Amino acid sequence: MNAEIDATSEKFLRGKYAIVGVGETAYTRGSGTTTRALGTYAVRRAVEDAGLGMDDIDGMLSYSGNDSIPSTAVAGDLGIRLNFYMDVMGGGSSTEALIGIAMGVIEAGMCKTVVIFRSMNGYSQIRIGGTGRGSGASNLSGDGLFGRAYGQSSAAQAFAQTFMRHMYDYGTTPEQIAHVKAIHSEHASNNPKAYYKHRVTVDDVLSSRMIVKPLHLLDCCVETDNATAIVVTRMDRARDCKHMPATILSVVGRCCKPRIDNHYQAGPISTVAGHYAKEILWPNAGVGPDDIDLTGSYDAFTFTTMLQLEDYGFCEKGDGGEYVSSGIMRLGGARPNNTSGGHLCEGYTHGMNMVIENVRQLRGEIDDSCPTDANGKRQHTYDYSSGGCRQVRDPEITANLGWAMPGTGSALVMAKGER
Amino acid sequence: MPLQGEYLGMSVAIPDVDRPNQEFYTHCGQGVLHLQSCVKCTLLRYPTTTACPWCAESEYVWTPVSGKGTLYSYGEVHHAIQPTFQQFTPYLILLVELDEQRDRPNRFDGLRINGNLADASGEMAKPELVATVGIGSRLRVVFKSIGDGMAIPLWTLDTEIKQEAPWRYPDN
Ligand SMILES: [Zn+2]
Repeated sequence: MNAEIDATSEKFLRGKYAIVGVGETAYTRGSGTTTRALGTYAVRRAVEDAGLGMDDIDGMLSYSGNDSIPSTAVAGDLGIRLNFYMDVMGGGSSTEALIGIAMGVIEAGMCKTVVIFRSMNGYSQIRIGGTGRGSGASNLSGDGLFGRAYGQSSAAQAFAQTFMRHMYDYGTTPEQIAHVKAIHSEHASNNPKAYYKHRVTVDDVLSSRMIVKPLHLLDCCVETDNATAIVVTRMDRARDCKHMPATILSVVGRCCKPRIDNHYQAGPISTVAGHYAKEILWPNAGVGPDDIDLTGSYDAFTFTTMLQLEDYGFCEKGDGGEYVSSGIMRLGGARPNNTSGGHLCEGYTHGMNMVIENVRQLRGEIDDSCPTDANGKRQHTYDYSSGGCRQVRDPEITANLGWAMPGTGSALVMAKGER
Repeated sequence: MPLQGEYLGMSVAIPDVDRPNQEFYTHCGQGVLHLQSCVKCTLLRYPTTTACPWCAESEYVWTPVSGKGTLYSYGEVHHAIQPTFQQFTPYLILLVELDEQRDRPNRFDGLRINGNLADASGEMAKPELVATVGIGSRLRVVFKSIGDGMAIPLWTLDTEIKQEAPWRYPDN
């Protein structure tokens, strides 16, 4: 930890804000509707989940890559009058960064309660993998001269060099990395919402066709249509909401490596932004990796989960392959990762579904197939076999590690209830 | 006048306001790789930038470099996204570390240049050549003309030296 940051006393806004509502639409390929409708449904569900009315919401944030609908449309459709809104450019790592911004604007007195949403027809309209937009012949100029001119346009093509170098630097093997997909598929098999619910093995991953070496098809995430939303407010209001608050201990937004536009020029490329972000995340939270009960390490690719867990200090640098293949990340393991199945299996939302999952885990109210009692409260069995439970036993503290690219990441530490 | 050309069926257009890129590709057209060198701290940089990433100085001079380096990392594309590249799979997206300025200004920094593996005439490499290249391979720059006096830099195996066995992705 950075010696200049005192981790023992309450820092910044530790414990003063919470996520009080979460909501989403179904994860599909072919939503049959607009991003405007999807965003509206997800926001309404998140507000209802918080036990709030639309007139309790006066702030809104969203992120997109010109593939979505602005806050004005969603707020307008739901009759929400806003005191603050902003729609930002961004994909992965935006969720955590916008949570930090929401806390800041509430703290500044600009508004009281903020909804953050991400709405995308990521399969049926604009596919992030590149087949839906920008894949045709177009002018090469500016930055395109150094990338698209060489057939480097998709995320897989852009990140492959980082992943390959990690294998070279540390001896990370394809088998080790394939465990990430196999484990997340186990989790997804217990998630009725997941787009891919079937379990796959390490061999299935290794025998799937190569996309960009070192990435097989099953090392890459799914593309889906969906919207997701969360509600952020200050603790004095969070207390009155329907559920136990998921209290925010620390947040890092869009922390970067040096030379962020060309990160591969600076330092070892097998080190990612978490190396820098952890110096903010843990001291501000007052906890460290050992205190975390479950993680949400962004899985755009199997490798991204591994690289971030390593650079945030969940294992020694270079031991990420060993960590992800050790079984620690499985349900029933010491520190499960992406219990929803994440982007590899549940659906692709640029990170927000992983935050939603950890909020529900902290509440003890994971939406699996376990039986419910007379009051509708789920009676978790903790039997993690296929089709069974995915609730972690009494989690107290979670960490979300968001990924935009090797050089940019965000992170969030949450705790169960008010502290 | 904007510089206009074509490469593999993709049109290239570099407007006059983008002077650094016009100069970069024109030097390539003349057959020698040049990089921007900061007039204040003298460090070289890639790709073209509008100021020095280490001292923020705007002024630079173009400096010729050897065009030789070692493969630092790569991705091997089997599923092309851009239609133009489907005919070339599997093709390599290379990150070549130049011999100049390795570990400067900080340890593990370097001049790492994006590109594709090509044959000695600048045509995209055939699968037999792709299969011989990996991390540690010694490469030299080659140029493919794209018109208007410009060329695009690509990389080929340096055949003037004896190559050590490179590190390659462990295929099953
Ligand atoms: Zn300088």
